[in-house]
Amino acid sequence: MQRRDFVKLVFGAFTLAFILPKNALAAIWNKAAFETTQLNEAEKNLEVNGEKLSQDILITVPDKAENGAIVQVEVKSNILNTETISIFVEKNPTPLIAHFKFSNGAEPFVVTRIKMAETSDVKVVVKAGNEYFMNAKNVVVLENGCG
Amino acid sequence: MASDNMKMRAQLKGDVTEVKVLMSHPMETGRKKDDFDRLIPAHFVQLVTATLNGKTVLEAQWGTGISKNPYLTFRLSGAKTGDTIEVTWHDNLGETATQNITVT
Repeated sequence: MQRRDFVKLVFGAFTLAFILPKNALAAIWNKAAFETTQLNEAEKNLEVNGEKLSQDILITVPDKAENGAIVQVEVKSNILNTETISIFVEKNPTPLIAHFKFSNGAEPFVVTRIKMAETSDVKVVVKAGNEYFMNAKNVVVLENGCG
Repeated sequence: MASDNMKMRAQLKGDVTEVKVLMSHPMETGRKKDDFDRLIPAHFVQLVTATLNGKTVLEAQWGTGISKNPYLTFRLSGAKTGDTIEVTWHDNLGETATQNITVT
């Protein structure tokens, strides 16, 4: 093997092993949507449009949270062909909390614990086919959990 | 990475498997200050993926608004006792952890 070919091969292997996975991860994480301080910007970056209010999105949150550092949120979508569930807290410094994508038999259901800076609506957006649906529930927060 | 990084349970109830995951992670927002008034750099999980017998079932992107030591429950239809569920997270500093569990 020529020396230059060997060098190319080694560089190629390094590129594949280290650079690609990082880029792949960066490509998956929607930086613009997660880092914006505006709810509508976050939604725009997730390509949400024409969202309709739907009572088929069930949001279970406490009415009042003593400590905003841990607020348990349960979301269940009864909308047929739900593909993604996004959770926003309108008044958090960065409103987009999480974006879940379901496939291969995963039910459109999640429970997680989130941080809330102040009393705010917890807004959930569901994508089903090319349509978007939303629902929201207010949580009264007594102590800022965003530190 | 250390396997005690994640605690998992997967239980078949009727025809739905409920998977509960508790991760050990600081989830720093980058806005908090330490005792010396210096900003603590952001350190948070950005990506969580779950597979059932190697097939992707859940892909989650997270921001800094998920609580410290993240908790997650999800449900799968079509999983059977003995199936393998694997969960992996990646954070913004390039750290990662993987854990798997058998459905009971």
